[in-house]
Amino acid sequence: MKEEIIIAGFGGQGVLSMGKIIAYSGIMQDMEVTWMPSYGPEMRGGTANVTVIVSENKISSPILSKCDTAIILNQQSMDKFENMVKPGGLLIYDPNGITRHPERKDINICSIEAAEESAIMGNTKAFNMIVFGAFLKKKPILTMENVIKGIKKSIPERHHHLIPMNEQAIMVGMEKVKDIQTIQ
Amino acid sequence: MAEKILMKGNEAIAYGAIRCGCDGYFGYPITPQSEVMETLMVEKPWETTGMVVLQAESETSSINMLYGGACTGKKVMTSSSSPGISLMCEGLTYLAGAELPCLVVNVMRGGPGLGTIQPSQSDYFQCVKGGGHGDYHMIILAPASAQDMYDFVDEAFNLAFKYRNPAMILSDGVIGQMMEKVEMRPMKPRRTTEELLAECGSWALTGKTPDRKRNLITSLALEPHIMEAHNQKLQAKYREIEANEVRYSTYKAEDAEHLIVAYGSVYRICESVVDMAREKGIKVGILRPITLYPYPEKELDALVPQMKSILTVEMSAGQMVEDVRRIANGRVPVNFYGRFGGSIPSPEEILEALENYIK
Amino acid sequence: MDIKDIIKPENKVYGKTPLLTDAVMHYCPGCTHGVVHKIIAEVIEEMGIQDKTIGISPVGCAVLAYNYIDIDWEQSAHGRAPALATATKRLNPEKYVFTYQGDGDLASIGCGEVMHACNRGENIVIIFINNAIYGMTGGQMAPTTLLGQVTATTPYGRRADLNGYPMKITEIVAQLEGTCYVTRQSAQNPAAVRKAKKAIRKAFENSMMNKGTSFVEIVSTCNSGWKLTPVKANKWMEENMFPFYQLGDIKDR
Repeated sequence: MKEEIIIAGFGGQGVLSMGKIIAYSGIMQDMEVTWMPSYGPEMRGGTANVTVIVSENKISSPILSKCDTAIILNQQSMDKFENMVKPGGLLIYDPNGITRHPERKDINICSIEAAEESAIMGNTKAFNMIVFGAFLKKKPILTMENVIKGIKKSIPERHHHLIPMNEQAIMVGMEKVKDIQTIQ
Repeated sequence: MAEKILMKGNEAIAYGAIRCGCDGYFGYPITPQSEVMETLMVEKPWETTGMVVLQAESETSSINMLYGGACTGKKVMTSSSSPGISLMCEGLTYLAGAELPCLVVNVMRGGPGLGTIQPSQSDYFQCVKGGGHGDYHMIILAPASAQDMYDFVDEAFNLAFKYRNPAMILSDGVIGQMMEKVEMRPMKPRRTTEELLAECGSWALTGKTPDRKRNLITSLALEPHIMEAHNQKLQAKYREIEANEVRYSTYKAEDAEHLIVAYGSVYRICESVVDMAREKGIKVGILRPITLYPYPEKELDALVPQMKSILTVEMSAGQMVEDVRRIANGRVPVNFYGRFGGSIPSPEEILEALENYIK
Repeated sequence: MDIKDIIKPENKVYGKTPLLTDAVMHYCPGCTHGVVHKIIAEVIEEMGIQDKTIGISPVGCAVLAYNYIDIDWEQSAHGRAPALATATKRLNPEKYVFTYQGDGDLASIGCGEVMHACNRGENIVIIFINNAIYGMTGGQMAPTTLLGQVTATTPYGRRADLNGYPMKITEIVAQLEGTCYVTRQSAQNPAAVRKAKKAIRKAFENSMMNKGTSFVEIVSTCNSGWKLTPVKANKWMEENMFPFYQLGDIKDR
């Protein structure tokens, strides 16, 4: 098993930390992982993206030109990464703020109204975990037990009281993810 | 087995330093390596191991702080990225001339000039061939993973002290910024005063006592015959390093007909290229220099006869390829594929370049 | 009195400190460096800290200072001595660490390093020899060269419109919170030497009290660079340097 994921959106949406939680959850599941961020000015409010690879075997290149899953959270990232999804791969996006929806016919497409759901939850910080829940529903590569362990490892101990909220957000994402296009 | 922790290559440098008994870190912030000093400041090793951590006012000052610390036999290090290393070149030649052990980490970014903060390997000439003035070499290790970043700190210090010579970890933005699993090695305490005296007492500035002559650290010798003798001594040391300290690895090179030569993050990318090429029936292997100085000359030389071609891949406009061509010496075509200015080559484009060269 | 009587041990009135080596100094006759070297060597001897002192020599005439004082020495790149001293002292807090720098080294190329070492309050001693000229390279303008002063690169005399103004680096350093003792001394006669020695001793003592940086400027002559006899150079210094670079403590806390 090898899953190559690109997560992209605005800085501040929790793109990098979602990637880190996936990577740490992978380690908890005894897998190899790499986490390669975009870095620089875009970290400070522009677009941010991270490439996460989770694999049962040693990972060679941490750099991808194609991915299995793209998680897209703003329009710039849609324009940049839609074409990087492998044929038959998965694109998950939050339609909030998207003006041009994905057009590929050869990939699976799902949407998750994470911005809206986090507002309903009354906690905008839950945004990225709702998106993560949508991903886990479609790609159940990590067990919930390892995900919780991964979150514990990823966030400082003083924030551990937020773990139940994160877990709840993941559940919301799993429940609310919508299939837009399913290919054979 | 020790716990494996997810961390950036830059963070691994910091933990590797604290845990291998480093005495002092002196640095100046620059992207993409600032996490090294940030991590050290968070960990506050001065409260645990006694390691000194200081933010200097410039790279010029950091490298000279290394000189001042290394003079006293302490294990001292700095880290920077390409433009900062350019500023440090003055200090590096003094350190090499004065035969001072120390560690400099270069997390390379694209140049020339202020360039870009994105990854690059275009400081090969600067670091491997010199950078500062005069005939000198640094021992250069090229990591390809966060674990390498951690492990090479201790390794580089060992080599630096074995030969009384500056050592460098020549990394890049990919390895510095990427997070991977890192196994924390057992903690090595800092050397005691007695251990330092035993290892470095013959030369280090430990205070002139009645039982010995005063120690002097300098790179100055105004008399040409003295300076020439000093240079001959340095050259003899470099020959010894070349004979004993080459580190390299190969990947599927045994039956290969085509050889890729690549180091650092590009080596990692090329592993994927080899797997993809072999699926297509092209027998490709890799030689990865782990030490760039000393370079694996004999090892590459021995692989040349079995190859139909060699492809050197770098994140530069073609620097290490000059060494590969020198060693191949016209026996087989040595081709080059490079991306630069902060662009990272994908496995697919390298494979395409390889196929174009060999068809 | 016969020469044999004069050199009898009981008639000895002055002895060279054993901390000064027997190496013949390369300094020009009349140069202030030799006097300041002697003062430092005597202070180290009197404090009994030979085994605890590390000196840092600059680039300039005093680059070879390590040949003359019998302690452990490091030799710095041009202007960088305060950076070296910072690490040497931080990694070896039990050591007395001093830099010995001229005006070109400290006030020109090394301006950044000295400012920041002083601003951090490194517990080191900085000895600053100000003779208003580059001696080693053959008498060019220094940051401290006086207006109107003729040097190899100001053959018409230093002009403010071309070269800017003489720099009172010592007053600047005194403004920094990190310095605890900043003083300007000279060494052209026995009284001045005694005062300078007191200042240097105080600076060395400060460096073990965790008070910050001690900075001692010695207004000096360069009779070769100034193209004056040693006696005339002293006179020129008193008449021209002292009014601009006024002697005395600038800061002491």
